[in-house]
Amino acid sequence: MTTTTPRLYRKPVPTFWWLQRRSYLLFVLRELSSVFVAWFVVYLLLLVDAVGSGSAEYQRFLSWSSGGWVVALNTIALLFVLLHTVTWFGLAPKAMVVRVRNRRVAPAVIVGAHYLLWGLLTALVLWVVLR
Amino acid sequence: MTNKRSPEPLAWLLFSAGGMAAALLVPVLLFLFGLAFPLGWLPAPDHAYLLSVLRHPLTRLILFGLCVLALFHWAHRFRYTLAHGLRLERFSALIVAICYGAAVLGSGIAAYLLLRV
Repeated sequence: MTTTTPRLYRKPVPTFWWLQRRSYLLFVLRELSSVFVAWFVVYLLLLVDAVGSGSAEYQRFLSWSSGGWVVALNTIALLFVLLHTVTWFGLAPKAMVVRVRNRRVAPAVIVGAHYLLWGLLTALVLWVVLR
Repeated sequence: MTNKRSPEPLAWLLFSAGGMAAALLVPVLLFLFGLAFPLGWLPAPDHAYLLSVLRHPLTRLILFGLCVLALFHWAHRFRYTLAHGLRLERFSALIVAICYGAAVLGSGIAAYLLLRV
């Protein structure tokens, strides 16, 4: 008589498991933010291509991007990207264990440094773009 | 004993760097060029100025880096979102090829457009 290795019971997971709890939903929304980061890259390259093609193309791009569906998509994308930024900074002290003079840097300092850097880079971009 | 090295750490490194780059730069750029300028909240920069900004080598380098890192961030995160979120583990090899392949292709397009501007 041969003995078979016991097969572990694996509870089947439904496809929409992430709708069952608020923390699951927030997790999946955060993961989905990467889709809108990718859309930003596509949008940015469309802009670069338009600017490189001449003044008329640039104006056409501005007209196109003021259309209903592009504005809606960019609004949603901006909200998701902000969700990404806030959750990414929130996770930073868990991912980074910084030690100064044998004492661990407080998580609040790490998060604060991230927001400070974000503010500085935002100001720099505004200064360059808005002249 | 042969230890085959997994490219997984590199994928995670690019994911992490991409997440940071995207978190820092995408919100302001998306707000300005995605909403404020098209909708007239702020006056859009004129074409000549924007062209000169884009032609600066530092701008090209920064935007190229942002595009590449953001694309690999998307590839790595989306890959797992598909595998776990939608229970598509059995198509893992195909998903990996499509996601990272698209990121490489997108990086090539970014290089071409940013050099050509």
